[in-house]
Amino acid sequence: MKIKNNINAAYFFLAPALSAIFIFFFIPVIAAFIMSFTDFDIYALGDLSTVRFIGINNYLKLFDDPLFYTALQNTFYFVIMAGPLSIAVSLGAALLLNSKLVKYKAIFRLSYFIPVVTTLVAVAIVWRFIYHPKFGIINYILSLVGIAPIDWLGDTATAMPAIVLMSVWKSFGYNMIIFIAGLQNIPEDLYEAASIEGATGWQKFRSITLPMLAPTTIFISLITMIGYFQFFAEPYIMTQGGPLNSTLSIVQYMYQEGFKWWNMGYSASIAFVFFFIILLGTIIQLKIQKSTE
Amino acid sequence: MNLTLKIVFIILLPLWVLSISCSKENSSEKVIKFWAMGAEAEYVTKLVPEFERLNPGIKVKVQQVPWTAAQEKLVTAFASDNTPDACQLGNTWVPQFAALDAIVPLNEYVKISDQINQEKYFPGIWETNVIDNQVFGIPWYIDTRVMFYRKDVFERAGYKNPPKNWVELLDLSQKIKAMHPREEKYAIYLPTNEWAPFVMFGMERGSSLLKNENTLGDFSSKEFKEAFKYSIEFHKQNLAPIGISQVTNVYQAFADEYFSIYISGPWNIPEFKKWMIGNLSDKWMTAPMPGYANDYPGVSLAGGSSLVIFKDSKYKKEVWKFFEYLSEKSTQIEFYKLLNNLPAIKEAWDDPIFKDDPYMQAFYLQFMNVRATPKIPEWEQIAFAKVQQYAELAARNVISVEEALRRLDKDVDRILEKRRWIVEEKKKNN
Repeated sequence: MKIKNNINAAYFFLAPALSAIFIFFFIPVIAAFIMSFTDFDIYALGDLSTVRFIGINNYLKLFDDPLFYTALQNTFYFVIMAGPLSIAVSLGAALLLNSKLVKYKAIFRLSYFIPVVTTLVAVAIVWRFIYHPKFGIINYILSLVGIAPIDWLGDTATAMPAIVLMSVWKSFGYNMIIFIAGLQNIPEDLYEAASIEGATGWQKFRSITLPMLAPTTIFISLITMIGYFQFFAEPYIMTQGGPLNSTLSIVQYMYQEGFKWWNMGYSASIAFVFFFIILLGTIIQLKIQKSTE
Repeated sequence: MNLTLKIVFIILLPLWVLSISCSKENSSEKVIKFWAMGAEAEYVTKLVPEFERLNPGIKVKVQQVPWTAAQEKLVTAFASDNTPDACQLGNTWVPQFAALDAIVPLNEYVKISDQINQEKYFPGIWETNVIDNQVFGIPWYIDTRVMFYRKDVFERAGYKNPPKNWVELLDLSQKIKAMHPREEKYAIYLPTNEWAPFVMFGMERGSSLLKNENTLGDFSSKEFKEAFKYSIEFHKQNLAPIGISQVTNVYQAFADEYFSIYISGPWNIPEFKKWMIGNLSDKWMTAPMPGYANDYPGVSLAGGSSLVIFKDSKYKKEVWKFFEYLSEKSTQIEFYKLLNNLPAIKEAWDDPIFKDDPYMQAFYLQFMNVRATPKIPEWEQIAFAKVQQYAELAARNVISVEEALRRLDKDVDRILEKRRWIVEEKKKNN
């Protein structure tokens, strides 16, 4: 009886939060799911009778849409390039900042973290200048070594790597902070014991630091992957998806279809396909985590 | 507080709230909510006090909407029944809002107005607002694209006058390119992220762009193919730069003779004036588009902004008065002085401010031959997403012109699938 009362009380206190989640999260998601089986578009906004229930046609159309595959490919390309790179860079930075040899740690930590808190839009605009083929600083430095100017954002081969570089620079500071926290949790006596056994620095890193950081690494790779899968603002501001759609991401494609051309039904179907892709990625990573534990 | 007092208070509070929220409605003042975009909003507020003085009892509340978010804001406002009374719409957006049934036809108002009637406007511009014989918008200010060119470069290439037809334009471009065999300089700037020139050449050649009541793409037609081939020729012969990010500052590039011809609109006149200074100040001019053969000027786009009234507005008559005020010759000229927006009213062009401006002559001539792009809600998607995409693919020589147009038609047919269905349904019901 007492437990039952407790449960009732719990429901009572949870009710506001749950109803908010239900109204503002579940209902829209369900509505979007239903919408993905219709051809809801600008005509439908004006006159609901023009909505046609078209079953899985949106999904069929999607799998026959070359632009969707381009966007998918670009997104994977971005995640596979930027994800590991970002983790490696942030781990490296964390190790450096955690080292006893480094002075003025606070200043370095702050300066590495500044890009994270700066708005992406401002950062992207500045980087557009950096990549400018004629006046950009990167091409200037390359010209000193005799390399001909590269049209970083205008060439299909270099546009995506250029965006990857910017995104890694922008986000590694955040992961770095988490890594530092992880590093500080590793008991010092492990290293001391290893030193007594005569282990080298590399051996200590391989056998102590990396295994002890495994949970942190998996957490970071998970949030990095999800975050990078949804990359949108970088190409939106720097290249608008160009040149030749070589930087068009899935989220950007979804946005264009939904809020620029008002093909809401089609856009919703992109969202759900994309949701399942991320879900799959997350499950795989969690499986890996389980097996390592 | 005792109970009765509490009850009285509880009953009175909502009544009081209700009474202050209604008090606005009861007063004789009528407030028009007018949405304008970007700089127009800022400057139209300067014209409002005079209107309010002439029309006591009507107030105009201008709200500024940024251009980049305007369409999204308007559609969401419509979806949530929060539309303003009136607003400014880019005239290619008029078909979208007409399809939404968000704006009302203005034929009845035009019929009885002595201020606004069709004869006062350039025919091509007026036409952009007419869908199925119904007038949905009144031209407010107008624009079109003409050639901005370097006089000195043209003269050096042996052209005293700007090219009058396509053959001359290509010939001149080749001559300009030949003057700089070793330098990286071009004749013309035709960026593939601007669909307008590609469509303009097509319309000039006589293509209707779409067919069967605008339900199917017609880009593989003989006319459009010839025009598209012609415009891609400039890229193929290296007369036009291909990458778009090479030219981050069009004005600087124009001043440097990086290119000598740019097809653009009146919004760029103040910018070019700013950059072409010193001994460059008299080295540039504007000219109407060249024709295909002997028709001069060639076709350009009918652009600009229209004034529309929303269906839910309670003050349609008052809004109309405001539109009439904005369409007066003197207001139109005043607006030009404030913001360089070209007047839609033809007689305003008699004013010395336009007569004596050498850059304006080309625009006046060009407005005589402007045409509307297909007036369907899907046009923007076709132009921005598809025409640009395939123009870029063809310009970079990734696929042939024929292949580009075949795929363009296929994509366009797909976009227009819904429209085909709606047109069919309408026919069945009639």
